[in-house]
Amino acid sequence: MITKIPKLTRRSFVIGSTALGAGLAIGLKIPFGPSVVRAQDGSPEVTAWVVIRPDDTVVIRIARSEMGQGTLTGLAQMVAEELECDWSKVKTEYPTPGQSVKRKRAWGDFSTGGSRGIRDSHQYVREGGATARIMLIQAAANAWNVPTSECSAANSVITHKPSGRKTTYGKVAEAAAKLTPPEKPALKDPTEWKLIGKSVKRLDTMDKLTGAQVYGFDLKFPGMLNAAIKDCPVFGGKLKSYEAAKVTSMPGVRHVVTVGDSAVAVVADTWWQAKTALDALPIVWDEGENAKVSSDSIAAMLKEGLDADQAFVANQNGDVKQAIAGAAKKVEAVYAYPFQNHAPMEPMNATAKYTPDRCEVWVPTQNGEAAFAATLAASGLPADKCEVYKLHLGGGFGRRGAFHDYVTQAVLIAKQIPGTPVKLLWTREEDMLHGRYHPVMQCKLVGAFDSSNNLTGLHMRLSGQSILTSVRPEALQQGKDPLVFQGLNPSGDFGIGYSVPNLLIDHAMRNTHVPPGFWRGVNINQNAIFLECFMDEMAHAVGQDPLEFRRKLMTKHPKHLAALNAVADRAGWSKPAPQGVYRGLAQMMSFGSYVAACAEISVKDGDKIKIQRIVAATDCGYAVNPAQIERQIAGSFVYGLSGLFLQECTVKDGHIEQTNFNNYDSMRIAQMPKVESIVMPSGGFWGGVGEPTICVAAPAVLNAYFAATGKRIRTVPLKNHGITLV
Amino acid sequence: MARLTINGKTHDVAVDPSTPLLWAIREQVGLTGTKYGCGIAQCGACTVHVDGAAVRSCVMPVAAAEGKKITTIEGLANGRALHKVQKAWLDNEVPQCGYCQSGMIMAVAALLREKPKPTDADIDARVTNICRCGTFQQVREAIHAAAKA
Repeated sequence: MITKIPKLTRRSFVIGSTALGAGLAIGLKIPFGPSVVRAQDGSPEVTAWVVIRPDDTVVIRIARSEMGQGTLTGLAQMVAEELECDWSKVKTEYPTPGQSVKRKRAWGDFSTGGSRGIRDSHQYVREGGATARIMLIQAAANAWNVPTSECSAANSVITHKPSGRKTTYGKVAEAAAKLTPPEKPALKDPTEWKLIGKSVKRLDTMDKLTGAQVYGFDLKFPGMLNAAIKDCPVFGGKLKSYEAAKVTSMPGVRHVVTVGDSAVAVVADTWWQAKTALDALPIVWDEGENAKVSSDSIAAMLKEGLDADQAFVANQNGDVKQAIAGAAKKVEAVYAYPFQNHAPMEPMNATAKYTPDRCEVWVPTQNGEAAFAATLAASGLPADKCEVYKLHLGGGFGRRGAFHDYVTQAVLIAKQIPGTPVKLLWTREEDMLHGRYHPVMQCKLVGAFDSSNNLTGLHMRLSGQSILTSVRPEALQQGKDPLVFQGLNPSGDFGIGYSVPNLLIDHAMRNTHVPPGFWRGVNINQNAIFLECFMDEMAHAVGQDPLEFRRKLMTKHPKHLAALNAVADRAGWSKPAPQGVYRGLAQMMSFGSYVAACAEISVKDGDKIKIQRIVAATDCGYAVNPAQIERQIAGSFVYGLSGLFLQECTVKDGHIEQTNFNNYDSMRIAQMPKVESIVMPSGGFWGGVGEPTICVAAPAVLNAYFAATGKRIRTVPLKNHGITLV
Repeated sequence: MARLTINGKTHDVAVDPSTPLLWAIREQVGLTGTKYGCGIAQCGACTVHVDGAAVRSCVMPVAAAEGKKITTIEGLANGRALHKVQKAWLDNEVPQCGYCQSGMIMAVAALLREKPKPTDADIDARVTNICRCGTFQQVREAIHAAAKA
């Protein structure tokens, strides 16, 4: 039976289940009592977060998923900071969701999205490290029969100061694991940090250079079969029939199976055989009513919402209608943002093995617990008979967090072939057709000015999809989707950076049959374009410098302003740009961080944009690993600018038209601008990193394009305007 | 049945000759460092060397690779000594998720063999792999670093 995968990787992902006594874990607390929780190799757990081997190796448990964003390293830094261990001896492993359930969520939330890996767990992971350090010191002091106050720890070595005696973590871990943990360990003041804030090297680079890194789709098990799948291309449609007999004699084909009520899979010895047979399989779909929907019909529905009477209000002060009615000057514009697919490089996949007594799933997931829930539901087995093993992701970007349709499918296939591990891999085409797309949104903005060209009112009407309605309806607030207003709220982690005397920001919810999802940055992508391009429009309409226009509205938002000023200063906004170079600005707050960008572009023949440079600032409060933050900033721009220039999923006859990277392109190195990052942590809060900056690249470039050409682009992607990124 | 020479070893693989080299490498030979990303030679995740040239193995039939010298990411290093591209990737911490990096590294290794000191224009023309994490800034820095090594 397959219960572990250490043979397949260099690191053990699985925690042994031995000695799991009662009362070992309460909430996020650590195990206590005489029994010792042991890792698979027998090494003792000092806390749920820290296993120490006799050779002083420190294994730090990471509940969140590594998908490239560096959270594995960042979270390990947080634990190690308080643990005072030797960083060169740190390894990491993922606890499993099944273990988490058994131990009352000892590792807290597994969800890895919303840029919250560090900002939501900094407290308890540091406490996990601090608790372990205190217990290790106590164990040494007990052995020496001295007070703990005379002992200190550094670099995995405990020293008894008066006598000079020393020991190592590995030598006292066994004794430490038997101690009662302290109730509430004190954490270091940020001024005492030695590891947090340091650009230590990532822990997971080497295997990615040699082909040794095992992704979900690389898994191999003895006797494993491979599955390829087709789901009804029209969302909500059903599988009507298929002619299995046409393909059952093809090479390698073992099974042709119905999956749920909308999909069919071919299971073969190899995936290529499965895919080849699936391509040859005659399938009839019942596409249903949704087959009548097109991009045009969706756009018309959203357009109606721009002027609809009913809308959910998120941010309101003063009387915007009166301000607009009495305006000396009005500025008005309508913007639109399309469906976009996540298109992570590793297509969706999951490997499942089912027997009536046990169901196991191996999957690259952003949320192990959600994958576990999908496994339970699809298998029909209780939690103690299921387990999920996480693997590194070949990209996630939000596709692998809230949605585990591929896990459900894999389990439903495996259930029909009990005892045989089955690896399901989607083709890129299946991935393009069955995304959870960036929500489609339109926005109408009206700005009101008095006779002295002061902004007196702003109405921002959003019309389009709600992700939460589709994904987590229980999170709606009397029907309102608060996530729609990211970057536009009065305050909080997504607070707007402007004060306008009369302001109204509202949302006419218009949902489609195309399922929306959390696409890196989520709703700040379009909100930043709408707000920041319109700020630029309004500044130009009243003949004011876009920076000065913003600054006047930002006096009560010092952190937003500081980020904006940082990019303006670095870019040299107050001085003319070089000949032929044009600049654009944008700023936003998202996922708890303050971000801004200044783009410098040149334009050839009116439609070929070369981005010369983007200066980008982020104030994420505390910066755990600045070098990795810089990589997230530059990387987020590739994702965001690919969306701005190249990417749109259109709907025809109810299905997505784009099928692969030939008609859904992504930026290449030739198009990559020079990104100059300013990481400016001001302290006192924990902001996100993976997503926040993504939103400022697009409006900064669009505003620079206006500066260069006088043309205002209000719909994405730019390829639809004949504009290319060179 | 086809006879393939991969990383210096000969493998007899029992596949239809039209099977893409990528899937023979992954599923018959068992080397999984070479990745599938698109299947239509757009993304470059499947890049391997065939007689020294960077080739997108997802569209090359096994029949066309017979008798040729194939190198995959697993065969790029000289034993335990990393290839200079891998070394530069390590020093510059290029990978994020890493999924595209096998193909990226193979494309760059082929470029450097042909042009030991590539210009930025050479890089733009020859490295056309997709990276959704967006590692391009580090990729460019690392290529120049490898060229100096």
